Amino acid sequence: MADVPAAEKTAQSEQILQKTRDERMKRQTRGRKFLQHPEFGALAGVILVFIFFGVTAGDSGMFAPDGVLNWSTVSAQLILIACAAALLMIGGEFDLSVGSMIGFAGMMIAIPMVYFGWSALASTLFAFAGALAVGFLNGWIVVRTRLPSFIVTLASLYILRGLTIALSIVFSNRTIVSGVKEAAGDSIIPALFSGIAFRPLFVWFAEIGVFDKLADGTPAVQGVPAVILWALGLAFIAHVILTRTRVGNWIFAAGGDANAARNVGVPVTRVKIALFMFTAFCATVYATNQIFEFGSAASDRGLLKEFEAIIAAVIGGCLLTGGYGSIVGACFGALIFGVVQMGILFTGVPNDWFRVFLGAMLLTAVLFNNMIRRRVTGER
Amino acid sequence: MKTGIVRRLFLGAALALPMLGGAAVAQADGEHFVFVSHSPDSDSWWNVIKNSLKDAEKDFGVKVDFRNPPNGDLADMARIIEQATAQKPAGIISTIADYSVLEGPLKAAMAKGIPVITVNSGTAAESKKLGALMHIGQPEYDAGKGAGERAKAAGVTKFLCVNHYITNNASVERCQGYADGLGVKLGDQMVDSGMDPTDVYNRVKAYLTSHPDTDGILTLGPNSADPVIKLLKDTKSASKYKSFISFDLDADISNAIKDGTMESAIDQQPYLQGYLSVAFLVKYVRLGVIPANNVNTGPGFVTKANIGLVEKYAGEYR
Repeated sequence: MADVPAAEKTAQSEQILQKTRDERMKRQTRGRKFLQHPEFGALAGVILVFIFFGVTAGDSGMFAPDGVLNWSTVSAQLILIACAAALLMIGGEFDLSVGSMIGFAGMMIAIPMVYFGWSALASTLFAFAGALAVGFLNGWIVVRTRLPSFIVTLASLYILRGLTIALSIVFSNRTIVSGVKEAAGDSIIPALFSGIAFRPLFVWFAEIGVFDKLADGTPAVQGVPAVILWALGLAFIAHVILTRTRVGNWIFAAGGDANAARNVGVPVTRVKIALFMFTAFCATVYATNQIFEFGSAASDRGLLKEFEAIIAAVIGGCLLTGGYGSIVGACFGALIFGVVQMGILFTGVPNDWFRVFLGAMLLTAVLFNNMIRRRVTGER
Repeated sequence: MKTGIVRRLFLGAALALPMLGGAAVAQADGEHFVFVSHSPDSDSWWNVIKNSLKDAEKDFGVKVDFRNPPNGDLADMARIIEQATAQKPAGIISTIADYSVLEGPLKAAMAKGIPVITVNSGTAAESKKLGALMHIGQPEYDAGKGAGERAKAAGVTKFLCVNHYITNNASVERCQGYADGLGVKLGDQMVDSGMDPTDVYNRVKAYLTSHPDTDGILTLGPNSADPVIKLLKDTKSASKYKSFISFDLDADISNAIKDGTMESAIDQQPYLQGYLSVAFLVKYVRLGVIPANNVNTGPGFVTKANIGLVEKYAGEYR
C-alpha cells in the first residue's frame, strides 16, 4: 500500500472522516440533495405516465390543445384538495369529509342564491364562513377528544352528505339546484371563480396557427380556466408556508411527534385546527369553481373526492404517518391521477375495465416512484 | 430482495399495460362514436344499452365507447364529454341528465363539428335548445296517454294514478297523459303516495275505499306498483279493476302480469335508445341522412302475450 496516489489517499481519509462524523453533518452534492426531495419520485412517476400515454394515446387528441385543457382542468381541481390534504397529512391528520364538504358548500351557495334571492357575493361568503366553521369543528373535536381524525371526519363525511340531501329537499324539493348562472346576474364572483383568463393571447395563438380554429373562427381553446389559476395560486401559497415559514416548521413538528412539538412550544392545537379549516376552505374553493362553471349544485357532487385527494398526496410522497411530504409532490400526485383518469379514456379501453386500468396505472406509478426514491436515497 | 420483487412487478406492469392499451386502440377500424350516460357504475339498468351498443358495433363495423361517471357525479360526466370532444369522434350520444351542467360541454362539441344525438333523460325541448340532431327517448306525457287509451279500450271510466315521486315533473305528466288518453279530467285522481311501501299501501287502500267506483289504476314504477299489487291480492279485488297498468318492470310486476292481476307494463325499450342512436349517427356521418323528428322508443307495452320473451331477455336486451 506504499504507492497509493495522493488523490486516492485524500479520498480515503475523507471516507474515514465521513464515517466518524454524525450523519446530520454529512456533505451532500447539490444534485443529490435535489434527488432526495420527497417530490422527486413523483416527478419520475409523472414522466413515466406521460411516456405511457404518449405511446398509447399519442394520436388520439390527448395532447392537442383541448385534450391538454381537459386533463389539466381535472388535475387542477384535484390539486386544490390534494394540497390541503397533503398539509393536513404532514400535520399528522386526515380529513375524510372533503368530498361531502364539496357537495355541502355547493348547496350553501346555490340554495340562498336561487331560492332566497341572495347575491352571488353574499352566498359565496356565507359558504366560505360555513365551511370554515365546519373545518374548525372537525379540528376542535379531533384535538379535544384525541380520537383518530379518521373516525371523526368519517362521521362528518356522513353528516355533511346527509345534510346536503336533507336540506336541499327541505328548501328546494329537489336534489339538483339549477339556475345559479342566471341568479348570479352580472356579479364579479362567477368571473372570478369560473372565468377564462388570457383570452386575447389564445386568440393570437389561433391566428398564428398554434391552435386549431373552430368553424366560427374562435380558437379551439378559449384560454386558461380560472380553476387552474386558483390551483396553482393555492399550491404556491401552501408551498411557501410549508417550506419558508415558522408555521411550516410547526406543521412538520406537529405531524412528526405532537408531544415533543408541544414540549418545545409549538402551538399544536392551533396548527391542527387551522389545517382542518384550510382543508374545508380548499374544498369550498373547489365547489365554488364547479358551481359557477356548471351553473348547478347537486347533492352527490364530490363523491369519493376525499380519497382522490389523499391518494394524490401519497403518490406525491406524503407519509400516512405524518411529518413528511411536500406540496410540490402532492401537485405531481394530482397530475398523475388526473392524467391517468382522463388518459385511459383517450386510449379507448372498454369502460367496464376502466377501474382496473386506473388501479393498475396508479400502482405502477407509485411502485416506480418508490423504486426511484429508494435508489437515490439508498433506503432499503 | 425487496427491490428485486418491486422491479419485477414494475416491469411486468409496464410491459403488460401498453400491450392491453395498444390492443384496444387497434380494434378501431370504422368510425368511432362515444356514448355518455349519467349512470353510476352500480346502475344495472344500463346493461341493456351497453349490449345494444355492442350489437350496433357489430352490425355497422364501428367502435362505440360507453362512458359514464363511475360515481354518478354529473360534473364528472361533463368532463367526460369534454374528453370525448378532444378525441374528435365521429359523433357523441349523450343523455341530458342536467341541462345546465351539460349545456356547455355539448355545445362545445357541436362547435367543433361533432354531431350530437341526445337519448333517454331530458326532453325533446331541451334537446332542441342544445341544437342536437334529435332526441331518442320516451316522452312521459305520450307514454301516459298511451296507457290511458288502453284503459279506455278496456272500459275504464274512473281511475287512480299512484304517484310515488310527486316532486318530479315527469311523473305528473304521466298521470296527466293518462287522464287525457282516457278523456277525463285529472282532478283528485292522482294521489301523492310517498315512497315508503307501507305508506303507498295504506294511502291507496284509503283512496280505493272512499272511491268505490274507481275501475282503473296507473302506477308509475315498481315503487308504487309493488305495494298496490300486494293490496289487490290481499283484498282479492284484482278482478274489480278493468285495467291496472304500471311503468317499468321488475319481478313483482312481471308475475302480476302473468297471473292477470296487472294488465300491462309500459316499457321504454332502452335497447332501441342505444342501437338506434348509433345507427342514425352512422348513416348521418356516411350518407348525411337523418330523420327529421325525434324517436319515441316508448311506450312499448308488456302484456301476458309477450311477457315470455321479456323474461327470457330481462337485463340483457329488455
